[in-house]
Amino acid sequence: MITLQINGQPYELDVDAATPLLWVLREQAGLTGTKFGCGIAQCGACTVHLNGKPIRSCVMPVSAAVNQQITTIEGIASKETGLHPVQQAWIDEQVPQCGYCQSGQIMSAVALLAANPAPGDQDIDAAMSGNICRCGAYPRIRRGIKRASRLLADKAGPGVSRNG
Amino acid sequence: MAKWSRRAFITAGALAGGAVVIGVAIRPGNRAGEVAPLIADEDETVLNVWVKISPDNTITAIIPHAEMGQGAHTTLAMMLAEELDADWDKVTMIEAPARSEYANYALAKGYTAGDIDFPAFLVDTVDGFFLTATQFMSLQITGGSTSVPTTGQHAMRVAGAAAKAVLLQAAANAWGVPVEDLIAENSQVIHRSSGRSATYASFARQAARLSQPVKPVLKTPQEFTILGTDVQKLDVPAKVDGSASFGIDAMLPGMKYAAVKASPVFGTKVKSVDETSVQDMPGIRKVINLEDAVAVIADGYWQASKALEKLVVEFAESGDETVEQSDIFAQFLSDMDDAIANGTEIVDFETGNASATLATASRIIEAQYRVPYLSHAPMEPMNCTAWLHDDICELWTGTQNPLGFAAEVAGVLDMDIDDVVLHNQYLGGGFGRRAFPDYTIQAARLAAEVPYPVKLIWSREEDMRQDHYRQASISRFKAALDSNGKPSAWVNQYVEKHDPEEAPHIPYAIDNQFIHYTESPTHVPWGFWRSVDHSLHAFFTESFIDEIAIAAGQDPFRYRHDLLYNAPRFRKVLELAAEKSGWGSALPENWGRGIAIHRSFGTIVAQVAEVEIIAGTVRPRRVVCAVDAGFAMHPDGIRSQMESGIIYGLTAALYSEISISRGRVVQSNFHDYKMLRINDSPDIETYIINSGEKIGGAGEPGTPAIAPALANAIFDASGIRIRELPVSLHDLSRGDLESQDVA
Repeated sequence: MITLQINGQPYELDVDAATPLLWVLREQAGLTGTKFGCGIAQCGACTVHLNGKPIRSCVMPVSAAVNQQITTIEGIASKETGLHPVQQAWIDEQVPQCGYCQSGQIMSAVALLAANPAPGDQDIDAAMSGNICRCGAYPRIRRGIKRASRLLADKAGPGVSRNG
Repeated sequence: MAKWSRRAFITAGALAGGAVVIGVAIRPGNRAGEVAPLIADEDETVLNVWVKISPDNTITAIIPHAEMGQGAHTTLAMMLAEELDADWDKVTMIEAPARSEYANYALAKGYTAGDIDFPAFLVDTVDGFFLTATQFMSLQITGGSTSVPTTGQHAMRVAGAAAKAVLLQAAANAWGVPVEDLIAENSQVIHRSSGRSATYASFARQAARLSQPVKPVLKTPQEFTILGTDVQKLDVPAKVDGSASFGIDAMLPGMKYAAVKASPVFGTKVKSVDETSVQDMPGIRKVINLEDAVAVIADGYWQASKALEKLVVEFAESGDETVEQSDIFAQFLSDMDDAIANGTEIVDFETGNASATLATASRIIEAQYRVPYLSHAPMEPMNCTAWLHDDICELWTGTQNPLGFAAEVAGVLDMDIDDVVLHNQYLGGGFGRRAFPDYTIQAARLAAEVPYPVKLIWSREEDMRQDHYRQASISRFKAALDSNGKPSAWVNQYVEKHDPEEAPHIPYAIDNQFIHYTESPTHVPWGFWRSVDHSLHAFFTESFIDEIAIAAGQDPFRYRHDLLYNAPRFRKVLELAAEKSGWGSALPENWGRGIAIHRSFGTIVAQVAEVEIIAGTVRPRRVVCAVDAGFAMHPDGIRSQMESGIIYGLTAALYSEISISRGRVVQSNFHDYKMLRINDSPDIETYIINSGEKIGGAGEPGTPAIAPALANAIFDASGIRIRELPVSLHDLSRGDLESQDVA
């Protein structure tokens, strides 16, 4: 038995320690918002946060995630304040098409904005180029990140710089 | 799917006497009663098969198409809501069940008959025929960019207008006033003179008993209040919080997981499987030999896939084990040469006398182009969850043809189609791939062997190596130029024709044309790939017209424009793209600009690409797109489909190549089948023309023009003419070369 902390909740799970976190999240924890795309950390569909940092859960053994804070797409909205600004911006910009890659895109974008609240185009390229979107939502993803940056700045109040 | 082709439909229409019809959604003898148990709760009223009303006045559109990102669910709901004068904020949708009642007879009629009017008294007979024909073919297809032009125009709008008519009549009956004195607005009926009003829901039960008009009057675009506006797509909220359910997300009690491997050389059988090679691995439940594939079922997908890697399997030989990609291209060329030598060319289009014109021409331009096989690579790999219980087979998957898949599974399992219940989910990308039922059949066959539900997931490698591929092809051209540099003859020969028929045809006024093709079969399975034959022919024809323009010493935009004097609609689209791109204005050093125009699925698209060449590598910087789909029902939907189609086509043109070695696919995953990523993605601007012409599609027409626009821009920047895709095969630092062919 191992214990995982997922979205602030403890999960007691009976799994092989070598199993990639992705499959444990989907099959044991029932959190299917995190997606399987390639299995070799090439597409980013499986992106989740480990202690706030984006990782590819398809290549991370679950044993490496024990005693860490795991956050998935199901865990970024808050009961008190509703959707995360990135989620709201994704709706405002009508980013998703098929939507399959979007959990991973959003998790990468949330991590980017946490580290850099006002990313420029090159920052966005660097943080988001690990996430493939076959529907080609890239122009809207870029706009969505800039809009989310403005939403975050508005929340934080005056004095926060932005270049979005 | 294998049983269906566009031509088969046309044949069916011809057998029926070549009937011409206008689409009508409402058949006398309303089928609403038959479908109500499938789509409605007890307190809901089904007005006709396409719409139901709840007591709280929520209107639900019943949409017989899959949602794979193209926005069909939203746009079709808008089309119904518009004619119904519904309150958009209280409109929702459900996807129609995979039942024969929802076969795409409107789509069938769109294919066979177009928009020709038809006397109302014959509608029932003709509609009955088409419904029977489509049910027979188990057609419930989302593909060919047809949802809006066929189902939307012929079913959703008509159904909305007919429902409104009976709601108004029911209100008139209830209030004892003439129906002419009533108006419909925001899901309310209002009595003009008294101002009395009530919700649609309050008349729903009575309205459902009235006979609906089969040919209600539809609105003109000037009357639209919902269509033509940028409403938010209905599926977006569930796609930002992880709650949208795709095929791969199905969860059932006691479910096990399966990994599968088919023969890497297409079409060969399993010779032997050594089950003992994995029997001691953890979580393994069963190894199943499907004859053309082997599968491992385990408690978890990871366990199943690890065991499959270890499983010792031998496949029989078919004779295709020695086939190399170079053999395939060599075969194409020799078959093309033989066809000409033997006079066995298949004529695609002919006008005037091209060979005589060429024989006396003072100047002839020739070129040969080549494109590779392509895989679809949707983000969600193929998967299906199947469960046989209580004499039924339940399936959870994402498909572009739910009814067809159910029919295939019924056939394989020898079951009645009504005992196969397919729950279609969101598709994590379709692009044509999810029109082929192989993965669903596999899952059903596995489930037939075990007493529990099975979720079959293809690995990315399996997905890429067992696809149905866009064909590789070679196309060669000869053009005669007159003394003004205008083309007087156009001769084009290519290999392998699929759909749509008109893909190789050109819009330009050239008096003498001979377009012909040669079939050259290979063992590589073929499939619909976003825009199908348009995806290659636009590259061929729009590259070659560019080459002629350059050879004639003329501007590529102006040259095309001059040759479109008989095609004013094309001209306007071309002009808009050129104008918005700043065609002719200066660009930085090492930048280039290219233009292309192509009509597909009834929609004309022109694109101007701007590229920069840096150290021999091309960087697409900007794409300006002009589009005329007749009328943009959901403008932001069209813009997003143009962006999507451009990036899909740009990815293929820059990077994509499926190649064959030892009879099998070389590429396996995204490291060797490279994708365009955000850092390579150009800025895209889309400009919409509402010409008022017949409605065209949107999901595919953004793709064809981008490959030639890109190649033409590379020529402008570097002097290198790209005649073989993908562009990544070429070294663009050798800008001194006039052209470059890859050996």
